[in-house]
Amino acid sequence: MSVLIDKNTRVLIQGITGREGQARAQLMKDYGTQVAAGVTPGRFGESVHGIPVYDSVAEAVDKEGPIDASVIFIPAAMCKAAAIEAMDAGIKLLVIVPDRVPVWDVLEIAKKAEEKGADFVGPNTLGMITPGEAVLGMIGGRAQAAREWFKPGEVGVTSRSGGITSAISYYLSQAGIGQSRIIHVGGDSVVGTPHPDVIKAYEEDERTRAVVMFGEIGTTQEERVADLIEQGRITKPVVAYIGGAAAKSGTRFSHAGAIVEGGRGSYEDKVKRLKEVGAHVVTDFNDIPKKTREVLNRL
Amino acid sequence: MARLYEYQSKELLAKGGLPVPRGRTAADPQQAAEIAAELVGPVVVKAQAWITGRAQAGGVRFADTPDQARIEAEALLGLSIKGFKIREVLVEERLDIEQELFLGLVMDDAAKAPIIVFSSLGGSGIEEIAREHPDKVVRETVDVLWGFQGHQARDLLRRLDIRGKLQADLAKALVAFYNICRKNEARSAEINPLVITRQGRILAADCHMAVDDYAVFRHPELGIEIAREFDRPATDREKVSYQVEAKDHRGTFYFLEMARDFAPRSGYVGFHGAGGGGSMMSMDALHQVGFKIANFCDTSGNPSAAKVYRAARIILSQNNIDGYFASGSGVASQEQFHSARGLVKAFREVGLHLPAVVRIGGNFEEEAIEILERYTADLPAKVEAYGRDTSALYCARRLRELVDHWDYEAAKPAGRPAPDPDSYNYHFQTMTGRLCIDHDRCAACNTKPCIKACTAEILKLDEDRPVLAIDPEQAAKGRCTECLACELACEFEGNKALYIHLPIEGLDEALSSGS
Repeated sequence: MSVLIDKNTRVLIQGITGREGQARAQLMKDYGTQVAAGVTPGRFGESVHGIPVYDSVAEAVDKEGPIDASVIFIPAAMCKAAAIEAMDAGIKLLVIVPDRVPVWDVLEIAKKAEEKGADFVGPNTLGMITPGEAVLGMIGGRAQAAREWFKPGEVGVTSRSGGITSAISYYLSQAGIGQSRIIHVGGDSVVGTPHPDVIKAYEEDERTRAVVMFGEIGTTQEERVADLIEQGRITKPVVAYIGGAAAKSGTRFSHAGAIVEGGRGSYEDKVKRLKEVGAHVVTDFNDIPKKTREVLNRL
Repeated sequence: MARLYEYQSKELLAKGGLPVPRGRTAADPQQAAEIAAELVGPVVVKAQAWITGRAQAGGVRFADTPDQARIEAEALLGLSIKGFKIREVLVEERLDIEQELFLGLVMDDAAKAPIIVFSSLGGSGIEEIAREHPDKVVRETVDVLWGFQGHQARDLLRRLDIRGKLQADLAKALVAFYNICRKNEARSAEINPLVITRQGRILAADCHMAVDDYAVFRHPELGIEIAREFDRPATDREKVSYQVEAKDHRGTFYFLEMARDFAPRSGYVGFHGAGGGGSMMSMDALHQVGFKIANFCDTSGNPSAAKVYRAARIILSQNNIDGYFASGSGVASQEQFHSARGLVKAFREVGLHLPAVVRIGGNFEEEAIEILERYTADLPAKVEAYGRDTSALYCARRLRELVDHWDYEAAKPAGRPAPDPDSYNYHFQTMTGRLCIDHDRCAACNTKPCIKACTAEILKLDEDRPVLAIDPEQAAKGRCTECLACELACEFEGNKALYIHLPIEGLDEALSSGS
């Protein structure tokens, strides 16, 4: 999968001239990511932190050569169009940062990605970082912070909460445990690369020897990770923490949702399934580094 | 998700070609009687509320005559069912039911596609039926680019051995249902039951639809006032909060009241989270030290200082809270000085007199902590700020300690009344407010700290007075980011001449109405 980025990954930023686009263009570039171009319609000829700006993705690819990934900082209502534009220009990995992308738009992006053989992360993602090599999105905020918080290592981090993605990685670093890859899958219920897909990528990644997963109540992602472990398709150890223990069972409004999901989605079901298949579930967030150290020591 | 009432969902179904029983809503008993008279025959009177199990809760009544309809409507209106006060009833023809079916649509997060779910057994207890009779439930994943096709619908029905004319007619209903959901961007929807009458008609007897809250802006015709998934009607503060979010898309703001009408010193704190995951853990920490949580609030995704300010003002409008707790994941990527300034402006304006603990770790946390501690030192309140190396539990314990030893009587509010923006002699519009400067006070200021504080570089000196350096239209569009740095600089290093007016539409009315 193309979610395994490195120092050679060539990056485009859509919406580069906006408030968020400019700030994170600086993060990505200063960190050492190869940011080849930016796109904001109507702003051809400008540059942001030395990065040339084009009117369209096709033009950027034509002028700058192949692009591996696009990071999208565009208002939610226009994300679908931007994502499709990038895929039509041959880009295989999209990082969709904005929140509030309508769900039917996400479904269309997903269908298009399937047809184009592309992957997308998000929407509502902080992004991803391969410590020491490249960052896509806004994780870390600025290069100095990203270098302080995230350290190269052998643990792949995957999380549904953006802030927690950074927190887990930072606390691992403080405990002397570096991270091979860090990916925030996105805060919405339908995302392009959920936990099961991220961990499958980590399974094939030679840099990653163990996985730390932050899950939450809702959706079926964590249960599907358990399924993969049970099937032997994930063999690397998984340390998991599920947020939302105290969350009250919400009013069940949709009968159809209950029928489709069965019991999946609850805190209890996720913890039980993961423990059954041998994942290392911690119930205290602060125990993640210690448990991870134990797991690594056994390898 | 933004939920629609049954009658609203049925209007969409009818418009989309899926038949529904004849009928209308009534807001008073006499109106119900009139509708029943128009319908000529037995009617059903249904409470309109966003709940499941409405019938079991007594929200569905039957009437054979207009007079009986009046009596039933009178019994339902004003009734409270599962926390919902009933304000409207739907009066519609009573169907001569031969068979009850179930039809629904949900988003499958694994398939990243909508799924049509159909069952030949419907009505009450559908979830139990699905568990006990899985052979009676079928589903079909829909290709969102192609839609739900007639042949897919027919095949779905074939699997339940539904054949002939019924198959053809139901297939049309299923396709119509999908198209209605797609057109209105339903996040979930269900018709339960989908009725076949003894006369062979197919109608949706009951329908619930929830529109994707992120898509509500594209459907003004639905008249959805607040696109949030509540299991009760929204409170006034929640409506005010939703309007703040709707008008300022920089980052996310979500506010939910979790307790109301609690007494002073009853252990409730105002909660201000940043990000879902961090908020959950932070709330757990508060529970661990014995606090109760008055509200859930989340500002995240790099919110503007203005948005954080408004969030804090709304939280602090809950008069009887014992303290204020702001905490997220502890390692935020956004520049944390924005949130710090938003909090400070709110704390200063209300004259914060409660203990507050702010865990504001992340990017530029040192600067954020300094802003909080320095600019709140003169307030009656005690404000403590912490960074990423301090746990949420430690911060919760700090708040516990502060609250337990706080003299609430001595620390009276000393807020300054909000200045009148029109009393300033220079101002310009910002994205969500107005920046005001009293140039008469600038003469005595030797340093003009507002100019240096403006990192967007939109202010300049003109005859020794700060003025806008760019086109006012650009400032209003967002070149002024409302970062609040100039206001604080002027307040503490200048001559208190500059004020950023950030109105919170409806907040004063919400507080005075008390609802």
